This record gives sequence, structure tokens and C-alpha cells, in this order.
Amino acid sequence: MKKRFSSHLVGCPYYVWAAIFIVVPVLMVLYYSLTDANGAFTLDNLKNLVGFSDTLVLSIWLGAIATVICLIISYPMAYILSRSGANTQRTLLLLVMLPMWINLLLRTYSWMTILEDTGLINTLLGKLGIGPIHMINTSGAVVLGMVYNFMPYMIMPLYSIMTKIDKTTIEAAQDLGASGLQVLGKVIFPLSVPGIASGITMVFVPSVSTFYISQKLGGTGYTLIGDVIDNQFTNNARNMGATLSLVLMVLILLCMAVMNQFTAEDDEGAILV
Amino acid sequence: MKAASKLYVFLIMLFLYLPILVLIVFSFNASNSTSVFTGFSLQWYRELFQDKETLQTLYNTLLVAVLSAVIATVLGTAAALGIVRLSKWGQKLVMNVTNLPLMNPDIVTGVSMMLLFVFIMTLFGGSDVLGFWTILIAHITFNLPYVILSVMPKLKQMDPHLVEAAQDLGCPQSKAFFKVILPSIMPGIITGFIMAFTLSIDDFVISYFVSGPSFQTLPLRIYSMTKRRVEPSINALSTLIFVAVLVLLIIINLRQSAPHKPKKGATR
Repeated sequence: MKKRFSSHLVGCPYYVWAAIFIVVPVLMVLYYSLTDANGAFTLDNLKNLVGFSDTLVLSIWLGAIATVICLIISYPMAYILSRSGANTQRTLLLLVMLPMWINLLLRTYSWMTILEDTGLINTLLGKLGIGPIHMINTSGAVVLGMVYNFMPYMIMPLYSIMTKIDKTTIEAAQDLGASGLQVLGKVIFPLSVPGIASGITMVFVPSVSTFYISQKLGGTGYTLIGDVIDNQFTNNARNMGATLSLVLMVLILLCMAVMNQFTAEDDEGAILV
Repeated sequence: MKAASKLYVFLIMLFLYLPILVLIVFSFNASNSTSVFTGFSLQWYRELFQDKETLQTLYNTLLVAVLSAVIATVLGTAAALGIVRLSKWGQKLVMNVTNLPLMNPDIVTGVSMMLLFVFIMTLFGGSDVLGFWTILIAHITFNLPYVILSVMPKLKQMDPHLVEAAQDLGCPQSKAFFKVILPSIMPGIITGFIMAFTLSIDDFVISYFVSGPSFQTLPLRIYSMTKRRVEPSINALSTLIFVAVLVLLIIINLRQSAPHKPKKGATR
């Protein structure tokens, strides 16, 4: 009896911590979104959401484009990685991960100095006699920032699922006369779906909710949901900020619930192995 | 690797490293331009090291990272030990709560914690509650899931008979923990600690929402520095961070490949 009691007890500090600092804060978001500045119950915040629908749509749209571009660029990279020799793999993986260790703010700031009207690219183009191309403060620059910052999040899950694919499966397909393209389409792609699904969530979630990238590379023209939440809190409109956070949270959890349908198989497979 | 593959890898690497290369090159620029290189100079490094505010935030960042990583590692390891003993239903409940900060966007985690702190502040009538303690609490909170998720698999992989065997041989429970359980989950604990430490150093979004003017971390300092458009000492700072990370990763990599040999000798 005594043994069971004490071993149950070790988890308790964490359960209390999780209740206070994970569960209660989520309830706080709910509480603030259903009250006004004086703490009285109201549904006005939810009604006011209509005014932010354009921002929400733009955020989802840019986030989705960035995710798709990430997937298209990362897929061949992950494939090449998974097929190269052990030493090359280790070095290349390190090189893919390394930029992630530099703060996102610095990486984004660097792109700003590259893309500016008087920035690096335009200075180089000017020397070639090509007039300045306006790149900063466009939707393209925002998407570029998202793709750049979150691409390793796509490469990693794709790579790890591709290394799990049994080489004999591919050889079997080749022995049975499948062409390289057929192997890719009928064997590798279907087997890599769980990796694609987790890559999509890992890129889409930070892209949709970003507020630094859009501020630095999008200027004032591309205000995303994250910027709006940030603005609400700096302008002391806590309740509206909470409501927008609630919307973002629900959106992301829904998106993850859908994506989990594809990754669930992978978890079971991992346990079997 | 085929030539086409090599070219593709090269292009991806060029894309990944171009902005970092630009930061590094222009950190040595003599003028404050970030587009025209006028000559070699170390003035931005000098400026950086004379900037007391930035150095203070670097100290703050390391302080929060060490404290939050240590506390999260202890709390998270204890949590993992408790969670594996829970019923299936209990495990599911606790793990769903644990996963919440991982699934939620950082901005939502930051906002939700700030709202809690603000709520407590209005309840007790305090002012300026946002500062060192709120940042520390927030960092511990977002570090915990990573520690738990790296320790749990090691606990589950462990042979339960090992502890029983130790106890049958007369080992008291506490000694069995330190002699049997702890050594076998140590790799998970270390991984969890390293992840917690690096996540804490790197975090901007959550800190941004739970911080006040009294306590700033380095990423928050970088944020206010990048508000001004031209600030080449940022480039110097990035270069130093990049070099530090590179050295750290190389050391970790060398260590990872080294311990295999002594271990083999030990089992013999």
C-alpha cells in the first residue's frame, strides 16, 4: 500500500502545475472573451469577430500557400536526404537544423535587409542596370518569410518517415517493373503520408499565427491574425484579444484533429517497431 | 548522389544560409549600410560589447534558461514517473493536458498565461506583476511537455523486473530508484533538459506576452532593436550567436559519436 501511495504522489506537483498554468489559462481565454472590460457577461466580442473575418481569411490563405510551397520544396530534399550515405545524411541534417537555432527574429530581420528597396538584391540589380524591384511589404515577401523560417519543420518529419520505408519494398516494386516515377507515386508517396500530415501541421500552425514575419516583411498592408491579437493587447483591448486568440486556438485544434487522422497510423506503426 | 540531387541540395542550402551569410558579412562592414560593403571593421562588435542593456538581457536569458530547464527537468521527470503508474484513463487525461501547449500556437499560450497573471493581479490589486517571475513560470510551463515526452518513452522501455529484482535483493525503494531507474532513464532526462534549455533561450512569442518593462530577455531586446530599421550591431550579435551554436553542435555531435566505444568496453 505504502509503495503505491508514494509513487502516485511524485506526479502530483506536476498535476497541480498543469492545472494552474495550462488548464486555467485556457479557461481565462474563454472568460475574457465572454466578458467586457468591466467583467460583465457579453457576447459583443463574438459579434465583433465579423470585422476581423478578412484578416482571418488572409492569414489562413497566406499560411496555406506557405505550407504548400514548403511541402513542394521539402519533399525532394527529404527524399535525397533519406537516400544518401550515413555520413552525408548526418552532415546535411545538421545543416538543415542549424538555421533553426538562430532566433527567428534575426533570420527575418536579415530577409528584410535583403529585400528592401535599397537592400542587397536591389543594390546588386542596380549595378547591372536593372531598375529596383519592389519586393518588401508584399504578400510574396510574407510567404517567403514563412517558407524560409519553417521549412526545416517540413523537412524533418518527411525525412524521418522516408528513412522508415523498407528498402525491400522499393526494390520489390522495381523488380516488378515499376519505373522511378511509379515507385515514387505508388510506393513512396502513399507511405510518406503520415510525414506529410505532421509536416503540414508543423508549418501551418506557426505560419497562421505569426506576427513578427508579417510586421517586418509585410509592412502595414498584410496584417495577419497574430498582428491583430498583438495590437489588441498593446491597445489594452484585452477582451477582444482574448476572443481572437480563442478563434485561433479553435481553428488550430480543428486543423490538428483533421491531420491526426493521417498520422494516427504512424504512431501505431512506431509502437509495433 | 546524382548531379541533379547535388544541385538541388546546394540550392536549398543556399536558400537556408543566404540570410545568415548576409548577417555575418555585414557585421564586419565599416559603414552602417546593410546593402553596400564599404570596408572591414569591428566597430559593431565594439558597440555591442559596450551596450550594457544588451549584455544584461543576455544574462537574464541565460538565468531564465538555466532555472526553467532545471525546474522543468525535475518536475517533468517526477511527472513522468507518476504518469506511467496512472490508470489508462488517467494517463490519457494528463497527456492531453500536457500536449496542449505543444499543439497551441505560441501566441495563444502566451496570451492565455498573460490573462491568468492579469486576472490574479486584478483580483489581489497588485500592479506590474509581469516580470521575472511570470517569465520564469511561463518558461517552465512550455518546457515541461518536452521533458515529459522525452522521459516517458525511456520509462516505458525499461524492464519492470529490474526494479523488482533490485528490491528482492534487499535494495530499499529510494536506493532502487537512484541505482536502477534513474540510470536507465538518464538519456531521456538529458535530452529533455537540453531541449528545455534551448527552447527557453530561443523563445520570443510567449516571453513577449508575459514580460514587463522590468525584465527583458535577449529575444525581447532583439525585437526592440529591430524596430529601428538600421542597427548593424544586431548583425554582430547574430554572428556571435551563430558561432556559439555551431561550436555547441559540433561538440554535441562529437560527444554523440564518442561514448559508444567506452560503453562497449564496460559491458565486457
